[in-house]
Amino acid sequence: MTGTIVIKNGHVFDPLNELNGDVLDIFIRDGKVVRELSPADMKAAKVIDARGMTVMPGGVDSHSHVAGAKVNAGRQMRPEDHYKTNTLKTDLTHSGSGYTVPSVYKQGYDYAAMGYTTVFEAAVPPLEARHTHEEMRATPLLDMGGYLVLGNNWFLMRYLKEGDFEKAAAYVAWMMKTHKTYGIKCVNPAGVENWGWGKNINNLDQANIHFEMTPREMIKGLTEVNEMLGMPMPLHLHANNLGHPGCCEITRESLKIPAPVRARQKIDVEWAETKIDPSRDRSVYLTHLMFNSFAGTSWRDCESGVKGIADYINSTDHVVIDSGCTPFGEATVMTGDGPAIHDLYTLTGNKWSNTDIELECGSGVIPFTYLKSNPVHSLQWAMGLETLLLIKDPWKTIMTTDSPNGGPFTKYPEVMTWIMSEAYRKQTFGECHKWANDRTELGGVNRELSLYDLAILTRANPAKTIGMAHRKGSLGVGADGDVTVYDLDPQTLNPDNYEELLRGFRQAAYTVKGGEIVAKAGEIVAVPEKRTYYSEVHVEAAREKEMLADVKEWFRYYTIGFANYPTPEKYLENPTPIQVNQES
Amino acid sequence: MEELRLTFKKEIDIKLEADVITPDTFAGKTAEEIENLSVWQGPNSVPLGEFFEVEGKTGATAEETLIRIIGDAYRVKQIGAEMSAGRIEIEGSAGMRVGAGMKGGELVVFGNADSWAGMEMEGGLLHIKGDAGDHVGCAYRGAWHGMKGGRIVIDGSARHQLGGGMDGGEILVGGSVRHFCGIHQNGGLIAVRGGAFRGVGVEMNGGTIVICGKIERFSPGFELTGTESGLSFGELEYEGEFKKFTGDYAVSKRAKGVLYAGAAKNPEL
Repeated sequence: MTGTIVIKNGHVFDPLNELNGDVLDIFIRDGKVVRELSPADMKAAKVIDARGMTVMPGGVDSHSHVAGAKVNAGRQMRPEDHYKTNTLKTDLTHSGSGYTVPSVYKQGYDYAAMGYTTVFEAAVPPLEARHTHEEMRATPLLDMGGYLVLGNNWFLMRYLKEGDFEKAAAYVAWMMKTHKTYGIKCVNPAGVENWGWGKNINNLDQANIHFEMTPREMIKGLTEVNEMLGMPMPLHLHANNLGHPGCCEITRESLKIPAPVRARQKIDVEWAETKIDPSRDRSVYLTHLMFNSFAGTSWRDCESGVKGIADYINSTDHVVIDSGCTPFGEATVMTGDGPAIHDLYTLTGNKWSNTDIELECGSGVIPFTYLKSNPVHSLQWAMGLETLLLIKDPWKTIMTTDSPNGGPFTKYPEVMTWIMSEAYRKQTFGECHKWANDRTELGGVNRELSLYDLAILTRANPAKTIGMAHRKGSLGVGADGDVTVYDLDPQTLNPDNYEELLRGFRQAAYTVKGGEIVAKAGEIVAVPEKRTYYSEVHVEAAREKEMLADVKEWFRYYTIGFANYPTPEKYLENPTPIQVNQES
Repeated sequence: MEELRLTFKKEIDIKLEADVITPDTFAGKTAEEIENLSVWQGPNSVPLGEFFEVEGKTGATAEETLIRIIGDAYRVKQIGAEMSAGRIEIEGSAGMRVGAGMKGGELVVFGNADSWAGMEMEGGLLHIKGDAGDHVGCAYRGAWHGMKGGRIVIDGSARHQLGGGMDGGEILVGGSVRHFCGIHQNGGLIAVRGGAFRGVGVEMNGGTIVICGKIERFSPGFELTGTESGLSFGELEYEGEFKKFTGDYAVSKRAKGVLYAGAAKNPEL
């Protein structure tokens, strides 16, 4: 029977159920976690003996650039990223190539081999939604969804300027349905619009060109709209002024804007059993904090500003962040923040690309290499780890590399090991530029995260944050049967022995997806179907009608016809709408 | 040094991806084991023995192994790719990417070499007795860093983009080169006895280029800094008067590339 399996005797780390290495058996039937199996089911079930191993829910990546036009632009402009990294086809799997921007197939296999089963695309420009879905559909093994880029959208800027929150909400609801996307992404609010005129925005109260909207108004407006609609996830914010010395100020001030807004998640789903309340309690999810945390005034005097932001986050309860760690080596920087890419081009002289997405947003791509010999890159490495270690409550942090911006997701094992092992950090301090130690607090941090904490940062919290904890990020009864078994024995685990941790995290002993073993010691052994999640957000029909009249009127500024705008469900594998804001 | 000989059994139609032909892979293997090594031909993986008669023996290590290819290997790609030691002699011509990523040892091509010879080479000696194609010692497409070390000697001429993105090492050309010699060069030495057509040193930021002969269309981003008589780089000597330029200032105000052009052949510069 496919999708029925017992994972026996493992040390289970399931923070949403407060299981901290308890030895117990996990039963999965027809793809879902169950309390037990009947004797008949037991006979048909597959068995994994996880004695002396670490068992966690399948990995959940809540912020990764894995599909769509800009990822593909990265592939196209980087043949050099592909020719040395490639895998042959097998009877079961496709061939693939690419290191920082792998082909869709390789991406799915590589994530699964590391124990990840759910990955959300960080930025979907509405006009590129169809392309993004085509790539998500082609990415094997991973349950996926994508966040819609709305922070510089003409319709929303207009509605929010007019103070018409009802229409703004109706527009967001319609856009989520239309593009089969999941949550609101806000990139360099109000600033990317200015980039269309060769300018940017560098303070929260600077009004942008034509629309006269400030970043503060955009963040406030979108947060309120997000909670009016009861979206599954908080506003997903990429703050202004990213990657500039001194940007930590604007980041901290931006995080204060949503503070008065109460999180209100209104989703109609079947919740898996958990001990901890799995519903969302944050009103802002700031992404890649590291890139937004530089203090100083120039690249000569810049230093880490993470401490100030961490202090603020420690003092409040409405913020959750992902780290955007930079584990050294090759990366491809890609973002909806076009001007940030231009700044990197002037810094590096590398090849780059920029795109204006009509009435909606922008984007850019540039290859980047993080070097241990470089002072700023070494600083960034330390700052990324500071974000995860200086914020005290692990339920406020999520581990990412903003893949492939800080480095490809295949470097997660390094990041996991750095946050778990002071010895590994010391070893890297010894290899990299002294700014890593001199200009951050990391050298004085002796905190080492436990496997339980790690399960929060890579499973429970990303799932809870984005509103997927009803089925992902736990092993509670009713949850999806997605499990990672690491060949690491928690009883003998010594964080000083970081080679052991690296080995364990690089390759899951088993990755189970929907109760089926999909990867075994790095080898893909099954490729079952996947799901794509999106938010089907409900608003009053009358509101939608009024709003659509405006949209149709302005559609003359688009290069495509209104009827061609939506992404039909056929572009999704197993489309799985989440009902949001439904009248009960 | 033990010698292993590969003799063609048949004419090759679709080109072979033969990066297994290195002293590193062959060392310590019997002729039979070598016949069973796989090479890609289009979509198929085929034993090397389908195409070559394998005779002789290999040394215990790469250092002690000489591979001699008898016949024209123009349709065999990647011979000696990433080799670290030992020696390969190709009695005819070599296919694309001969000696690509080579780290050490010696590789001699008695005939001509197709494009991408010594691509991203790191060490060793690649000697091409005939002519070479495009992209000698160059960075792979899209990459900004080409050859890092070692030496490529071409007795004949080479075509476009020789030494593109070169970081270190030496490329010595007996004949002439075509377009964009030393494009994006960051370091190392390119010395050409003959002339060049256009685009010499464009976007170079470091390293040295010597063109003894005529440069047909000189790159606009270089400034004349003086003349020198007789150049020497280690044991290499280039006689005569040279005009010395620095650049390419079209890419950076602080560019440190040096370009010497033979004064006798370039009176108008």
